[in-house]
Formats: sequence, structure tokens, C-alpha cells
Amino acid sequence: MAKLISRPNMTAAEAMYVPEIAKGLGITIGRFFKNTFSSRGTEGNEIDTIDYPEERRTYPERFRGIHRLTHRADGSPRCVACLCCSTACPAQCIHIEAAEYPQGDARHGYERFPKVFVIDELRCIFCGFCVEACPCDAIRMDSGLHMPPSTQRAHFIFDKEMLMAIPAADGSFETKNPRHEPGDPTHPGVDREHHH
Amino acid sequence: MDSVLVAATVGKILFVLVVVLTLSPVLVWADRRQSAMIQDRVGPNRAGIPIGGFNLTLAGLLHPLADALKFMWKEDFIPPKADKLLHALAPIVSVIPTIAAFAVIPFGDVIWLDHLGEVLPASPSGRGIPFQVASLNIGVLYVFAVSGMGVVGAAIAGYCSDNKYSLLGGLRAAGQMVSYEVTLGLSLVGCFMLYNSLLLEDMVSWQIDRGILGWGIWRQPVAFILFYAGSIAETKRIPFDIPEGESELAGGYFTEYSGMKFGMFMMGEYIAMVVSCALLTCIFFGGWDVPFLARDGIHFSLLGHTYFEHTMAHWAVSVIYIASFLAKTVVLLWLTLMIRWSLPRFRYDQVMKMCWRYMLPLSLLNIFVTGMVILFSGS
Repeated sequence: MAKLISRPNMTAAEAMYVPEIAKGLGITIGRFFKNTFSSRGTEGNEIDTIDYPEERRTYPERFRGIHRLTHRADGSPRCVACLCCSTACPAQCIHIEAAEYPQGDARHGYERFPKVFVIDELRCIFCGFCVEACPCDAIRMDSGLHMPPSTQRAHFIFDKEMLMAIPAADGSFETKNPRHEPGDPTHPGVDREHHH
Repeated sequence: MDSVLVAATVGKILFVLVVVLTLSPVLVWADRRQSAMIQDRVGPNRAGIPIGGFNLTLAGLLHPLADALKFMWKEDFIPPKADKLLHALAPIVSVIPTIAAFAVIPFGDVIWLDHLGEVLPASPSGRGIPFQVASLNIGVLYVFAVSGMGVVGAAIAGYCSDNKYSLLGGLRAAGQMVSYEVTLGLSLVGCFMLYNSLLLEDMVSWQIDRGILGWGIWRQPVAFILFYAGSIAETKRIPFDIPEGESELAGGYFTEYSGMKFGMFMMGEYIAMVVSCALLTCIFFGGWDVPFLARDGIHFSLLGHTYFEHTMAHWAVSVIYIASFLAKTVVLLWLTLMIRWSLPRFRYDQVMKMCWRYMLPLSLLNIFVTGMVILFSGS
């Protein structure tokens, strides 16, 4: 069924068209002068454009950028190679090979470390599940960087060294959550002496 | 024809060509940047020439230059079944007449070569050179005649392209331009009656004699609106860009054109804009008239009382006159672009209805009223 649309009731001034054009021109000319004779970013200028390569918008605080592996105080990775992240990952882009700390190291027999930690950033869907799954706050996406473009696939395969070389947006390699090493007085849980 | 006259004519032709051919790329730039300012954008500002680590962009003025380079290097595609001769001829036919229309437009007052360095006497002697390429006794009718050729270019471009969109665009262009030419001519008849001349230089001096309140826009406001609307329709720009019809005709009559041939259609459109704005300046804005500036200097007088007087050399006054003409034309071009970016497009039937049902009777009425006023006031 055709729908009947009623004609708008125009006043004589509106039907004459010319006064309405003048009104419309008033708006566009006002905008033109407002934007032309004020510099961008100042009061009264309506242009919100950012000149991208020269100017960059800082990402919001909780933006999920490219991953980084956080450090302990001594610079070794916080990661204990528990494989929680690679298990949680829906894109299956994390590959971890666990290894024991060497004989004589305080952590030997207590926790492991990732010998190989590779993230395929092309496969990653940046969902953040790995960060949520991590019990040690070892993997974070707070770098504030998006993946830089490249034409080579190899550039998107981030290994352990690469991931540990990426700082957080504030520049630090550690995290704000304190790490209590076994043997520290602040260590809350069991350690080797008390366990046995 | 003696050598001074030939040299002066060649100089004037060069002046016109330089003004027109520099104004059309500047207009392309203005079109883009102005629309950006209206729409809260930045507009094209990237194309530049790197000079020693610094990128010379001139606020985007080099984009038309980059466009021209691209036009030249693009493939000049001709549809296999197109008429090759007409296809090549159409852009030429649409550009050349619009440039030729400038021949009768006076850019400034008569220049007296013997008095250049001194204050112009009341009755100058020696050789006077009018600052227009040719003073034809049919005056403004010549402009209508040659700019009417523009429709031929658009029509044969649509006809020869072997493309249905082009054909429809060409038909629309022919219909629209022929219709609006009638209104365009009739809207000015009131002005011809008022100025009692067809010569643009006579119209300008009529307005100058009566001061700023004698400008055509105050004496013939209806004719101004009709002629302005008609000239926008003649240049086929929004709100009258039915022949191009990007959304339904994919470019209209120049769908099948690429490279510099397309560039010529675009240039023709912008040059036609300059022509119509120069005409408007002559007929409705006093031409080169500057309020209170006479041929021998400044006479600032109001209500019969003279407040300030200053004599000026003839060359200085002439330069100010030419600058004034160009400034008025540029302001009108700015307004034309402003209208183009403020109004939506008409439908085809609305365009035709507006011409034949409203603008044509209005221009006839304007002739009638002007005639009555002239008859009863006796001036």
C-alpha cells in the first residue's frame, strides 16, 4: 500500500526560496569564518581533525595494545610458564615451551620459566583473555601501542626477547603489582623449607 | 592598426588569459578548502614540494598542480564505439567559447597613455586605450552568444560517448542550458532599458555616474537574483548539476572522459563561473567603481559637503580600478562557492519547473515594471 505523504505547509517566505537560501547561507558563512579565522584547537574552532602521522591521539588507559612480558626486579620474566594464557587464548596464537631454572637457583624445583614464548600478533584478536588468565601478572597489554604495519609476516612473530623489550605506556618494564619472591619476608605462601 | 594598438591588444589578451587560467586552479583549491571549512574538515593540504627538508604546501594550493600532472599522465580512454572526432572536439568546444567570452568584459577604465604619470585632466587628449580586449557594439549579447556554445560541447560529449549515462547527461545539459539561457537573457533586459546600452563599459559608467547607490544591485534587485540563479544553472553547478548527476548518471555527459579531456570540462566549468561573476560585477556591482574614487583622485563627499580630497596619478587610479574589479569578482566567486556548498540539488523536473514557471514570468514582470517606472519617471 502506498503511503500518502502530506505536502509541507510552507509560508510565502519559505515558498519564495530566496529568504531561506539567505538563512542557510548565514549558517554556512558563519561556520566558514569561524573555522577559517581561528587556529585549530582553540576556542571557537570546530575542526577536530588530528594530523595523523605528525599528531597522535593517546590511547585510553585501558586500551589493549600489543603484549609485553613483565619483568621481575632482577630483570628475569615474571612468567612461570604455567600455560594458562595459551590455554585461554581463543586464537591459539601463544606458543610456550617451559624449562626448569638451573640447579642451585633459588627458584629451581619451585617454579619454571618460559624457554620459548612466542606470540603471533597477526593471529591475535586482542581479546585480552591471556591477561585475565595470567596468575602472575606476567603478560600485559598496557603498552599503549597498536601493532605497527608491515608487509612481512615474520615481523609479526614476537619472541620472548621482543616481548620483554616492550615497555608499558608509562615506560616501566615491571608492573604495579608487587612480586613476593620465595624467601622474602613478605612472601605469603609456602616455600620449600616450610613445605617439607 | 598601428603598433601601439597591436601591442596593447596583445597585452590585454595576455592579461585576460593569465587572470582566467590562474583563477581556475585557484578556484579548484578554494572549492575544496572552503567546503572543508564549512563542514568542519581540514581539506587537502598535503601535496607539496620538498625544499631542503621543508615541505612547501602553500595551504594546499599545489593540489590543483598535482591534479594537472595526473591529468596529463592518465590514459586518454576513448570508448571503442565512440565517435573519435567528436569525442576529441567536445572538451575544446566547451572550453574555448567560455574563454572567448572575456573579450568584451572591461576590467578597468580607459587608460590614457599620454597622461599615465600625471593627474588625469577633465578632457584627456592623446591615445586612450579601453581596458577590454574588444569593444563590440553588441556588447553583452556577444557573451550570451559564445557562452551559449557551451551547451554544444556538453551535448556532443553526451552524444558521441556511446554511453547511456552520457547521452542522458548530454540531453539534460542541453535542456537545462537552453531553458536557462532564455531567463538569463530576459532577466537582463530590464538592465538594458535602465542603462540604455548593451555595452558593458557603458553600463559601468552609468553606475559610476550615480555613485554607490546607482549600482545595478540596488536598481534591479530582482534581475540580480534571476541572473545570478540563471548563471549558476548555466555553469551546471550545484544546486543545478543535473547534467552531471553523480548519484544517478555517474558523471553525466563526461562519464567517458578521462585525463586532460576531463580536465578541460572541469576547467571550462570554473572559467564559466569566472565569466558569470565578472558579468555580475559589470552589470550589478559598478564594475571597477570604487566609492569616492574619481578618475583624478579621492573625493570623499557626503550630502553635498566635501570632507577629504586627494589627487592621484592616472596610473595609480587605473591600478586601483583593475584591482577593484578583480576583488569584486573574487568576492562573488566566493559567494558562488558558498551557495554551491549550502544547497542540496534540485530534481530534474524541479529545475525545469523553476525556470519556465517562476523565473521566466518573473523576468518578464521585471521588464514590465522597469518599463513602467522608466516611462513614468521619465529618466
